[in-house]
Amino acid sequence: MSERTIAARRRWASRLVIVIPALWLAAFFLVPFLIVLKLSLSQTAVAQPPYVPTFDLAAGWQGLRDFFAALSAGNYALLASDSLYVTSYLRSLRIAAISTLILLVIGYPVAYGIARASRRAQLVLVAAVVLPFLTAFLIRIYAWVNILQREGLLNDALLGLGLIGDPIVWLSTDTAIYIGIVYSYFPFMVLPLYATLEKMDESLLEAAADLGCPWWKAFWLITVPLSWPGIIAGALLCFIPIAGEFVIPDLLGGSDSLMIGQTLWTEFFTNKDWPAAAALAVVLLVVLLVPIAIYQHLQAREMGSR
Amino acid sequence: MMDSPFNSRGRTWPRHAPGIDPGAKPLVRFDAVTKRFGGLAAVERLTLDIFDNEFIALLGPSGCGKSTLLRMLAGFEQPDEGRILLDGADIAGVPPHRRPVNMMFQSYALFPHMTVGGNVAFGLKQEDVPKAEIDGRVRDILKLVQLEGFDQRKPHQLSGGQRQRVALARALVKRPRVLLLDEPLSALDRKLREETRFELMELQHRIGLTFIMVTHDQDEAMAMSDRIGVMHQGRLVQVAPPAQIYERPNSRWVAGFVGDVNLIECQLVESGPTGSALECAGVGRLSIAQSVDAPPGSALCVALRPEKVDVASLPPDAADGSHFAGRVLDIGYLGDLSIYRIQLESGFVLKASAANRSRLAAARIARGDSVFVSWSSDAGVVLTQ
Repeated sequence: MSERTIAARRRWASRLVIVIPALWLAAFFLVPFLIVLKLSLSQTAVAQPPYVPTFDLAAGWQGLRDFFAALSAGNYALLASDSLYVTSYLRSLRIAAISTLILLVIGYPVAYGIARASRRAQLVLVAAVVLPFLTAFLIRIYAWVNILQREGLLNDALLGLGLIGDPIVWLSTDTAIYIGIVYSYFPFMVLPLYATLEKMDESLLEAAADLGCPWWKAFWLITVPLSWPGIIAGALLCFIPIAGEFVIPDLLGGSDSLMIGQTLWTEFFTNKDWPAAAALAVVLLVVLLVPIAIYQHLQAREMGSR
Repeated sequence: MMDSPFNSRGRTWPRHAPGIDPGAKPLVRFDAVTKRFGGLAAVERLTLDIFDNEFIALLGPSGCGKSTLLRMLAGFEQPDEGRILLDGADIAGVPPHRRPVNMMFQSYALFPHMTVGGNVAFGLKQEDVPKAEIDGRVRDILKLVQLEGFDQRKPHQLSGGQRQRVALARALVKRPRVLLLDEPLSALDRKLREETRFELMELQHRIGLTFIMVTHDQDEAMAMSDRIGVMHQGRLVQVAPPAQIYERPNSRWVAGFVGDVNLIECQLVESGPTGSALECAGVGRLSIAQSVDAPPGSALCVALRPEKVDVASLPPDAADGSHFAGRVLDIGYLGDLSIYRIQLESGFVLKASAANRSRLAAARIARGDSVFVSWSSDAGVVLTQ
């Protein structure tokens, strides 16, 4: 075999490596997205499926033109006109932002503590952070319903300790949503933070101290800047799915105001308005693309400076 | 043993050199310092005085406690017993960031997210030095370490040697009372290491600062320092100028650790004021120009450096020394010198080395040749421990 054919084969092999994830993304992300996008441009109909137009290849070229002519951006206009949707988006973003902040504030010290523990202790502690995931998600959220309800564990404990005189209403409040979210997303914040903090060279902190910097200042000047990649990764891993969260607000939150996931669910299953639900989903995707784009930008810059 | 005034490098002694000014106050004093890790003593009842403007090297194998000693002075470890005095004051309760000492880390520990200028300025910013003064001092120190114009680079854009100099500049810019160097040259390749040695010595000369260097590399310690403290298992076994450590080691261990040596076990026959006679197993009777304070019959050891052993094809007509017949077992040719392993008639194997001063000198004595080895009576050192 000549060197040229070997090189050619190598090139093919390296292309194949890229083709596999590309195919995967096309099949499980791009195609579904296009379907949803098409749905969002359709109109509801009392039919099976419950929207028009449908894509019919049998009608030929003319059918295709009719199909595109029937698509409209009406659903997007609806989303903009009805404050219900805008409120819902804003509420989702607000809850996602606040939860991410709480997760960061709680998760950072935990990740830092784990990263500074002995090797053996690190394994145990990381396992402890991940352990709740071995129980089904729904069961854990239902457990919170139990804990937070009027005669639940939390009120029992607080009453028993004499900290409160009357039971507090936890369930069906935003507090319950925050508790559920912070609890559920905790590992997604801790693990990336731990991964970056664990790699950090401890002699950097000694060097900072040696140069006259007290430890609390060295934390801000050295540790935090060097853990930026972990902070950003953790924040995105939490923020994005929290913004689209459905189960937690549905089970723990009140029914007076909805997160976008709940609004979407209502449109889809209660109102049977598939096109409106699809439009909601598309807008949500675009809204969430913004932080992802920021992340990509920061990462590219990070790569550039390495 | 640490009071000898002689200095191998012909350098003038520092101002408060021990031996010249016995009343000098030490800048740093380790006073019976002990440090244990999990019950094991890393440093044990160690006492050492270090004087102003001195360049002292702590030399020892890894795990001998030399780095622990340095880290205790920097404040990263606390001694379990004993005191560390700086300028006469106990610094036990002083946190690392308040100590007037700076360390150059073995890994350099440069802040990767800061520029060279940022790294060097870091220490000054902590002291709230005015901005204009910081800029000036950073510029000056970068000039001193020949890194002018590098202040906007990030550490990862520098070579190993440049990083080393940034680390040095970062510690020096604080104008510490003592500069601590933890294996400062170990991350450099051989050529650069030798150049940097001289740069460091030159720098210490110029700025007149006390340097305490930790190293496991005896060449480094010998070449650079005014005094060497040889450490072994948490203790200082000898503190002396390099030439004295090499020529007058005080124990078998020091003789064996610093440089190559033939250790010959002997029994003392007699000792007078100018010399002594010893009976050595495998070699024979040796006379050494050294008075030994031990009763006849004591088991002693003669340390003989290979380069002090002459190898010749003909018996030497030496009057004062010893000579023995032997056969060349093998020759290690190192270019600048050759190492001969010579088996004496008794079976004892002696190492000798000779500089290859003329080209093809090594060819004159070949493996298997019968040779004579000799040395002068002041070549060997009698060791009692």
